[in-house]
Amino acid sequence: MVKPTLVTNSIRSMREEAGITQADLAGRIGVTRQTLIAIEQGRYSPTLELAFQIARAFEVGIDDLFQYPEG
Amino acid sequence: MVYTERNTWSTLIATAVIVPGYIVVILQQAAGGPLTSVDWFPIMLWAIGISIAATIVLSILWGMFAGLRDPKGATTTDVRDRDIDQMGGRVEHAFLVIAGLGVIALCAVGADVFWIANTMFLGFAISTFIGSVARIVAYRRGLI
Repeated sequence: MVKPTLVTNSIRSMREEAGITQADLAGRIGVTRQTLIAIEQGRYSPTLELAFQIARAFEVGIDDLFQYPEG
Repeated sequence: MVYTERNTWSTLIATAVIVPGYIVVILQQAAGGPLTSVDWFPIMLWAIGISIAATIVLSILWGMFAGLRDPKGATTTDVRDRDIDQMGGRVEHAFLVIAGLGVIALCAVGADVFWIANTMFLGFAISTFIGSVARIVAYRRGLI
């Protein structure tokens, strides 16, 4: 059983808002489309470096993209 | 399906077919007699060779098929593949250690070389199989 993570992200909503396809965003951050799907669905926690790259692709801060519950 | 997941499936399929095949051939050669009387070494070499060749051929054929559908992504790997591979490697390592300890124990009691060699062989096979399953689960269910 995979240990659930408390980290959530808004990548999918931001991507759809920006009109970017999964393939386009995956290409920009240098990962496969399957990896981007896994990140969007919370099945893979990206490395810090990859998280920065995704945030930079949307021109937002990491906190705007990834959320972690208080306390 | 990404490049490394296809390769993992190829390894898993080859191991799942070849190893039981090896055991069947050994049992046939023994013909109800003692297993230690079987000339196991050439059979094991064939099993290892066929397993490696089958994995490579399966990976190439699957890759060619995937390349027809997605030429750019057919051989692409990324950080997630690396993370999953490392996790699978740790799982494999655990089973190899168990097999290694088994071999030491068999040597200590003076077991026939048949049992020593086949314990290690099965250790390799089982560790490869379990490691591949762990990787597939990580690809399908997630790695967090």
